[in-house]
Amino acid sequence: MNAVSYAAQAVPADWPGGYWWHWLFYTVVIIVFVLVMVMGAIYIERRGMGRMQLRYGPNRTGPFGLLQPVADALKVLLKENIVPNVADKIVHWLAPVIAFTPVLLIFAVIPFQNGALLTDLNIGILFIVAVSSISTVGVFMAGWGSGNKYSLLGAMRNVAAVVSYEIPMVLAIIGVVIFTGSLSTGAIVDAQDIPFILVQPLGFLIFFIAASAEINRSPFDLMEADSELTAGFHTEYSGMKFAMFYLVEYAEAIAMSAIITTIFLSGWRGPWLPPWLWFIIKTIIVFFVMVWTRATLPRVRIDQLMALAWKFLFPAAVINLFVSAIEVLVWPDISQWIFVGVNIAVAVIAIGVGTKMFKPGWGKVAV
Amino acid sequence: MQFKFFGIGMLKGLAVTILHIFRRPSTSQYPEQRLNISRRSRGNELIWDREKCTGCATCAKACPQGVIEIVTSTDMADNKYKVETYRVDTGYCIMCGLCVEACPYDALYLGYSFEKAKYRRGEFVQTNDELKESPQRPASGYFHPDIAKKLPKQTLLIEKATEKRK
Repeated sequence: MNAVSYAAQAVPADWPGGYWWHWLFYTVVIIVFVLVMVMGAIYIERRGMGRMQLRYGPNRTGPFGLLQPVADALKVLLKENIVPNVADKIVHWLAPVIAFTPVLLIFAVIPFQNGALLTDLNIGILFIVAVSSISTVGVFMAGWGSGNKYSLLGAMRNVAAVVSYEIPMVLAIIGVVIFTGSLSTGAIVDAQDIPFILVQPLGFLIFFIAASAEINRSPFDLMEADSELTAGFHTEYSGMKFAMFYLVEYAEAIAMSAIITTIFLSGWRGPWLPPWLWFIIKTIIVFFVMVWTRATLPRVRIDQLMALAWKFLFPAAVINLFVSAIEVLVWPDISQWIFVGVNIAVAVIAIGVGTKMFKPGWGKVAV
Repeated sequence: MQFKFFGIGMLKGLAVTILHIFRRPSTSQYPEQRLNISRRSRGNELIWDREKCTGCATCAKACPQGVIEIVTSTDMADNKYKVETYRVDTGYCIMCGLCVEACPYDALYLGYSFEKAKYRRGEFVQTNDELKESPQRPASGYFHPDIAKKLPKQTLLIEKATEKRK
């Protein structure tokens, strides 16, 4: 199957009613998918993290506590909406919406199975990169609009993190794009006869870390560091607006898991099971790894956050990009399995050298 | 040259957390599953033995909160004090156990039970026979090792976490 067929499949020829039915169907699918997956994500996170900390997690509401997200949602919807006197009312009201919309937009270009996506943009990856950072505007509006020093501090940390981590993240994606020769998500999945996690191990690692930092998952959850900033940017939010931010937090995690699945884990492709099921399974596995790191690693300081981005991830991403470019340019026709071995070796060396670079004086100077 | 890589410790940590999933949670689901509390726990009641008490009021003097009120009259026939009222406002009691330690006749004990919340403040004021020991109000082994020996051993969470799964 070549890339041309994807453009044709973006709007199926035999689709009744043409474009608008397609739009309506996939809009509903995306919203339902995001909401259901967020509920699942909250359940997985609370149960999984509970078990990792030798607790049970929520197990009272419904069988195995499965209805806990529903109970949480009901509770938070019935809460009073409190707006501080000093708040910038319009900005405070608008922030949750602006934070949430981009997350839904990301799913517009994620293929659920072959050709099953809202629109197969030929610049899909660029669209994801552009849209995913809009959430930060919403978060910063929340921090500013609350009129609270903790909120503003948390929001500023978030902006700093996103600005720094956007660069290694995009560079890691470019490594994949060089191999694929296309920015379209459909074409990227199609090109992955070997999942790109093997062809681009360093790229995957960088993307995973940068994605975690960008959506502020632990260990990079500086912006809502509860021990320092009460709740960071959503300190002053309550009721439905808080629920929106809670939703954004998990929807972003699901979106990033879906992007990683699409770019690095060969998306919907897999044997035996139906493609959409493969996509969901892989998304959940990636999300579980995020939960796993959250349960394991302690929160980093802001200087450590910046140091990791600029001293380790950025050089490593440049090396990864350089090596990938040479491989594609010089040996365009040989089997990718050779690149798997080479790139894993490059990843190990880059991490090893990066370790030394990460500390002043190659780790020989005591700080 | 030393090979110390950034990330080895991280991988070890990840291994620890993933292995914890397969361990038994140490949580005890409180209202259904109860742990044995310490045998010498100072539960929030005071138990008073009318037979042993001589009405010397040492407990009232030892009490830092001053919540023990004791009224005695003289029984001229037996040449003894007779306790008329023994009233304790357990709402103000800080369970320090000084009264139990001070009592020269071992007539005071701290309670072993711990779910003794009340709906009204007035219900905390307990007088005379309300302070007696009963199956609902067992005595704690605090300062009374002979009682402690009869009570069940305290359950530790580490035993629960390392216990084999059935």
